[in-house]
Amino acid sequence: MNKISVIIAREYITRVRKKSFIIMTILAPVLMAALMVVPTLLMMNEDKDFKKIAVVEDGSDLFKNVIPDTKDADYIYLENTDIKDLLKTYEQAGYYGILRISPELVNTRNAIWLYSKQQPPIGLLDHISGSLEKEIERQKLLAYDIKNLDNILKDVKTDVSVQTIRIDESGQTKQTNTGIAMALAYIGGFLMYMLVFMFGAQVMRGVIEEKISRVVEVIVSSVKPVQLMMGKIVGIALVGLTQFLIWVFLTMGIAIAVKSTILKDKNVTEIAQSMPQNMMSENTAQTGSPTQTAEVSPQLAEFSRLFDNAMNQDWLLIILSFIFFFITGYLLYASVFAAIGSAVDNETETQQFMLPVTIPIILGLMVAMGTMQNPESSVAFWFSIIPLTSPIVMMARIPFGVPYWQLAISMVLMVVTFLAFVWMAAKVYRTGILMYGKKTSWKEMLKWLRYNG
Amino acid sequence: MSLFEAKNITKQFGNVTALDKVSISVPEKSIYGLLGPNGAGKTTLIRIINQITGPDSGELYLNGKKLMPEDVQTIGYLPEERGLYKKMKVGEQAVYFAQLKGLSKSEAMRRLKYWFKKLDMVDWWGKKVEELSKGMQQKVQFVTTILHEPKLIIFDEPFTGFDPVNANTIKNEILFLRDRGATIIFSTHNMGSVEELCDNITLINKAKTILEGSVDEIRRQWAANEYEIVFSGNVSMKSNGQYKILDHQYDNDKSTIRLKAEKDIPVNELIQNALKSGSIISFNPALPSMNEIFIRVVESRN
Repeated sequence: MNKISVIIAREYITRVRKKSFIIMTILAPVLMAALMVVPTLLMMNEDKDFKKIAVVEDGSDLFKNVIPDTKDADYIYLENTDIKDLLKTYEQAGYYGILRISPELVNTRNAIWLYSKQQPPIGLLDHISGSLEKEIERQKLLAYDIKNLDNILKDVKTDVSVQTIRIDESGQTKQTNTGIAMALAYIGGFLMYMLVFMFGAQVMRGVIEEKISRVVEVIVSSVKPVQLMMGKIVGIALVGLTQFLIWVFLTMGIAIAVKSTILKDKNVTEIAQSMPQNMMSENTAQTGSPTQTAEVSPQLAEFSRLFDNAMNQDWLLIILSFIFFFITGYLLYASVFAAIGSAVDNETETQQFMLPVTIPIILGLMVAMGTMQNPESSVAFWFSIIPLTSPIVMMARIPFGVPYWQLAISMVLMVVTFLAFVWMAAKVYRTGILMYGKKTSWKEMLKWLRYNG
Repeated sequence: MSLFEAKNITKQFGNVTALDKVSISVPEKSIYGLLGPNGAGKTTLIRIINQITGPDSGELYLNGKKLMPEDVQTIGYLPEERGLYKKMKVGEQAVYFAQLKGLSKSEAMRRLKYWFKKLDMVDWWGKKVEELSKGMQQKVQFVTTILHEPKLIIFDEPFTGFDPVNANTIKNEILFLRDRGATIIFSTHNMGSVEELCDNITLINKAKTILEGSVDEIRRQWAANEYEIVFSGNVSMKSNGQYKILDHQYDNDKSTIRLKAEKDIPVNELIQNALKSGSIISFNPALPSMNEIFIRVVESRN
């Protein structure tokens, strides 16, 4: 058996068998599913924090019963009530607060007050102002004395939704959705950041462990240091891929299970509204049997359209690019982490080396988040070409469409850079793992590059 | 014939010279001592033999052929700073190291069973390394070092951390390995064990070889005409033109006298002189211990 595969097997098996790995692997999808399901359940249950709001007017009844009740709050219009008396008794009467409206509101935008003990939620205020704005508009229109006003109003009510259609290189068009592209950009960029950082740091910890326990000297008398380093890096990469794949399948499984049991007979629209956008489209696909579509038609139709749009994304390109950039990006950073781990005597000493490594990763993440607003900006372009940040930023750009030549340049640069980094890291590593009790600096590490093997 | 030979090995780290034209020649089926004060360059030489690092110049030969990367399979190395994975189980770990030395899993298991039984370690197989005492860990590491039956074994301070009983067990195993045909390079500061085990030595100081040869010969060279005579009863001798008394001790009704003879005085004449003083129980050339030689050589160089 090839020695490097013996090393890969050990790195892989000891990690996969760890309790922490098993717990994380099982728990993470449960937590993720909980993150999606819990808000849904909360929304479906009656709001425990139900509010009653007293509405009074300063000597008029212009706005009598114009604010409709919502499922969070009832608006009770009290006639001929003095605000001063009410302020003393409203709490005993079970009111959350008092809304005082002046007839001046028609002309003065802030002639309205909400008295309450607590700071009222924004949704409540939006509901109040929205209802009143509509009523004032209606009353003002009425003053013009137009015939058939209600019909006219119904007739002029419009709603605009821009359909985006992408034209690809061969001139074919596809219907797309900016929201979905943004979600994919976010997920792709963030996942790349997480995986590269998490497993890169594991490589570093593994190297330090071997150095501290002095195992390394025994092993490098059997195999070449670079074999040990690459064996560790590849072994941990496989751990990462295993965990990732289990997460994907478990999350999918849990989502399906939850939907087919708990959420089955509830109102599908409500569920869908509470879900993040990408999940909505998935739900629609799975529950979108014709009968249900008919029952909850407009929203569900919208979701199925979203789902179609999501399917119009170039999934193959996204997945293949993700795998490519994960492997090269991970190799690049993991080799730097391995070199750092080899140069220090314990984990606290890594601090001084971590900053220069963390900066490009964090910068990449920040640019990636900005990329979603403007994927064509020159900042996004350059950061998706420069190898240290390109894995994260490019993943954020791909859902919006990236010209193939840019992708090609980025990939070629990535391969060249990761090879250079692995080569340099191997040289530093080879010297570093056998050095003890010496504070290492970047300058020192540069010197190691020139040592003979 | 030499099993292993290093010729004119030089190694530099930046401006520091770790080894300066050091040569050693290790005869087959012998125990070879690699001695020297701390920081002399022993560990660097051992690492070069193990091909952990390469020399800047110089050649290495194993069995008369140039040392190749594949030869690590035929070398066993027990480093001074012992290292095992703390969280890994003893058995798995031993199998892992054996596989890295090129043994198949089943062969490793077979040999490990033999050694674990022989050294009374069978119960440790399923335990994690961190559950074992330091001496027990040393024993595990000793087994992993010799499991692939290397032709050349390098022990760096093999006895530290062992109690006298286990140290003796390990000493006997080392002698057993040599008798079965292994060649051993042995690096230590414990000069007692050098006298006991080593056939030949090299003493390195400040990157250079300052003494080499067979242990017996070196001790004889450094003996410098000193003798130890034991008399019965309280006997005294006085220095004269032929010899100088260095030391005189009396206890248990025995006198022990150490003297240094002038050059070219025949031993027989010394004995005749001594006979005049009293009845002799024994007469021996007083060989200096390796410890004394070590200190004298190194100090004279500093």
